[in-house]
Amino acid sequence: MTTDKPNGSKKQRCVPGVLIGIAVGYLFLVQHIPAINVFYQAFKTGVGPFLDNLTRTDFLHAAWLTLLLAVIAIPLNTVFGLCAAWAITRHKFPGRAIVLSIIDLPFSISPVVVGLMIVLLYGRQGWFGLWLQSHDIQIIFAFPGMVLVTAFVSMPFVAREVIPILEEFGKDQEEAARTLGANDWQIFWRVTLPSIRWGLLYGLILTNARAMGEFGAISVVSGNIASRTQSLPLFVEDAYKQYETEAAFSAAVLLAFLAVITLVLKEILERKTHIKDVE
Amino acid sequence: MTVSSAVDTKNKPSIWKVFIKNLINLPWTWRITILYLTLMLFMPILAMFLKASTEPPTKFWEIATNELALATYKVTFVTSLFAAAVNGVFGTLIAWVLVRYDFPLKRIIDATVDLPFALPTSVAGLTLATVYSDNGWIGSLLAPLGIRVSFTHLGVGVAMIFISLPFVVRTVQPVLQEMEQEIEEAAWSLGASQWQTFTKVILPPLLPTILTGVALGFSRAVGEYGSTVIIASNTPFQDLIAPVLIFQRLEQYDYSGATVIGVVLLSISLVLLIAINLLQAWARRYDNR
Repeated sequence: MTTDKPNGSKKQRCVPGVLIGIAVGYLFLVQHIPAINVFYQAFKTGVGPFLDNLTRTDFLHAAWLTLLLAVIAIPLNTVFGLCAAWAITRHKFPGRAIVLSIIDLPFSISPVVVGLMIVLLYGRQGWFGLWLQSHDIQIIFAFPGMVLVTAFVSMPFVAREVIPILEEFGKDQEEAARTLGANDWQIFWRVTLPSIRWGLLYGLILTNARAMGEFGAISVVSGNIASRTQSLPLFVEDAYKQYETEAAFSAAVLLAFLAVITLVLKEILERKTHIKDVE
Repeated sequence: MTVSSAVDTKNKPSIWKVFIKNLINLPWTWRITILYLTLMLFMPILAMFLKASTEPPTKFWEIATNELALATYKVTFVTSLFAAAVNGVFGTLIAWVLVRYDFPLKRIIDATVDLPFALPTSVAGLTLATVYSDNGWIGSLLAPLGIRVSFTHLGVGVAMIFISLPFVVRTVQPVLQEMEQEIEEAAWSLGASQWQTFTKVILPPLLPTILTGVALGFSRAVGEYGSTVIIASNTPFQDLIAPVLIFQRLEQYDYSGATVIGVVLLSISLVLLIAINLLQAWARRYDNR
């Protein structure tokens, strides 16, 4: 502890206090006040208006879509993440660093650009535009497009949480299981999965938070049609733009609860596994 | 798993058939990984670059550098750099405080640093716009001073500061944790002041890490759309940022206009990604491993 230094003068001893004050003050100003404001605005006139807004049909539809997006995107990215993690850690090959960077790539791409790319593929003028049109399949301004971008933006989470754990865990136990006659599935369920379960869960929580919260990319591909292609984050923006601030904050507070639950679970898992990661 | 991969294979156009034949020798985990990356990541990126390449170079250059586009780049990059730099200072300070000192509620405060990762960007935009509006909690204190934040350039900066802060803190924190305090104590016992210890002993090995965090935050701020579009008025030449310009072009069905700006933005993201990797390699030169 710096305060215990015997040669520290009085001035030096109060340095930690000042630094803590500035750091906490900055966090409070930048993050905590806006976060508290969500809850204050949603409940300032009581729980009644909040509950009323929860029963609006356009709100319910948006919440349902958000749930559905997560339910589809999470399994897709989990299967991909596990396969990618397994492939990368269990086979030696050149260019590993490049493959790892490629898996992280979706984080570096602006959500709007993600939406644009999907429009250029599946939109009316896109690669598959004519084919899709002749088969009467709509992807852009419809649910499938929203699923595609949601899966895109939340793609790397599972892989990047599982890769370091698999790496550390090594192959010894898996090889032991194999010599004892276990097949691939048995090895995965009985040996590998138990050892990566906390990291996997951590990845799933982050995937879920991102999938439910995505705004930019969905906003581009969905067309933002109320009660049809509007997810909860889009509902928040739309209600705010229509001067229905109360409805906007009712939906926002629900998403804020999701964020709080995510942070709590994250914290619990971090204590369990001692992982700390940047998105 | 095998079922889904078979279905995907059928859906793919025939040009991929040869490619897929080569994949048969690979383990199935690799096959799924490559297939998913191809369908979800490479194909969309390729689609955008191919669409951009259909424009003649002169036209591409004209769209990429017209007056409005240049103005949006300026707003985007200057504001992102400002936000990342501010967080470079305060993020490092927060990481330092969280690693080195003990104070009440430290664990909770530590956990809340990740809030911008967990909070949907539209919620962040909504609450920031409200808090910094003329009758909001912070905005009403600034309004008498003639400072308006919401629906101005400054609001974009506030939103970018909000979303990029955790990148700096979470990058610096683990490195600071591993740093040995003996070196600092040696500096003290040799008579260095706290400030000298900080600037001469702690900062030099930490600098690459701080820059990595700043670059990560900058990269995120450049691409940010949700929170910035809500807090800004999106007026051209004032607070219109590049991602919003792409969105507006798409709304007007100006696909070439949107694609060109998209390619510029994506290329910058890729350059930043390479820069971040180089910075990380530089940061690791102090590792004993």
